[in-house]
Amino acid sequence: MNELKTDSGDNATGTTKTGRVTGIGRVLIMVYGVLALAATGRSFVQIVGKFNEAPLAYTLSALAAVVYIVATIALINRGRAWYRIAWITIGFELLGVLVIGTLSLVDPQLFPHDTVWSVYGRGYLFIPLVLPILGMWWLARHAPARAGRNGAAA
Amino acid sequence: MIEWFTYLQLAVATVAGLLCLGLGLAGRKPTDLSMGATLLVELLLIAQLVVAIVAPLAGNQATGSLLEFYTYLVSAILLPIAGGVWALIERSRWSTVILGVVCLSVAVMVYRMLQIWTVQGV
Repeated sequence: MNELKTDSGDNATGTTKTGRVTGIGRVLIMVYGVLALAATGRSFVQIVGKFNEAPLAYTLSALAAVVYIVATIALINRGRAWYRIAWITIGFELLGVLVIGTLSLVDPQLFPHDTVWSVYGRGYLFIPLVLPILGMWWLARHAPARAGRNGAAA
Repeated sequence: MIEWFTYLQLAVATVAGLLCLGLGLAGRKPTDLSMGATLLVELLLIAQLVVAIVAPLAGNQATGSLLEFYTYLVSAILLPIAGGVWALIERSRWSTVILGVVCLSVAVMVYRMLQIWTVQGV
């Protein structure tokens, strides 16, 4: 733990694993995990404390939190099925943040209380907007090989 | 929450986050410096938990939702643990970057907690 050796490559030393859980992918997974945790925490507080105040907004928050959790898991796991799930969840999030973001600006009455996607995720430093785009770029570059082997780079 | 202590915690978490980010992007694996910084952030969070429990007994009440406050605090306490475990398993530059992400996330959460405690509302 005391050496200041630099890390020469993307993979951790000693492992020959290929796949999505390498390099920047790990950071992506961690940020998704933090966002999932934040969204779940906030959703929990909203639903337990004051669901009747804005049931639509809070249900949406809960749905978004679940989708973030599934997306995080899908990014970690390997295989074609999880790859597809990752695309679907991240795509859904991007759609969600764009649609809800626009709606929250056009008709603020629909979402009187902030959701994770209000104003394109402003309440979360626009991370909900940028992250799906990064996620999709990452997925596109790390598609499972056509032969069906798990996670090998094309 | 005690304001000066919280601001101190904010500063430590931000510096630790930027430090780990910098070290990680420069290619350094997790070392005593980055792990130690994260550990310090975690210790301050545990201290914050104690403060939060004791403070109302001393007349220092939260103005906002305690449920929200503690949800943030528990989440924040979990993050350095997750990041630290990851850094022990995967000894690469990205683990150090993740430590930085964790510390910065904690800083944001501490800021939110301060808002909840001192300035009423969500």
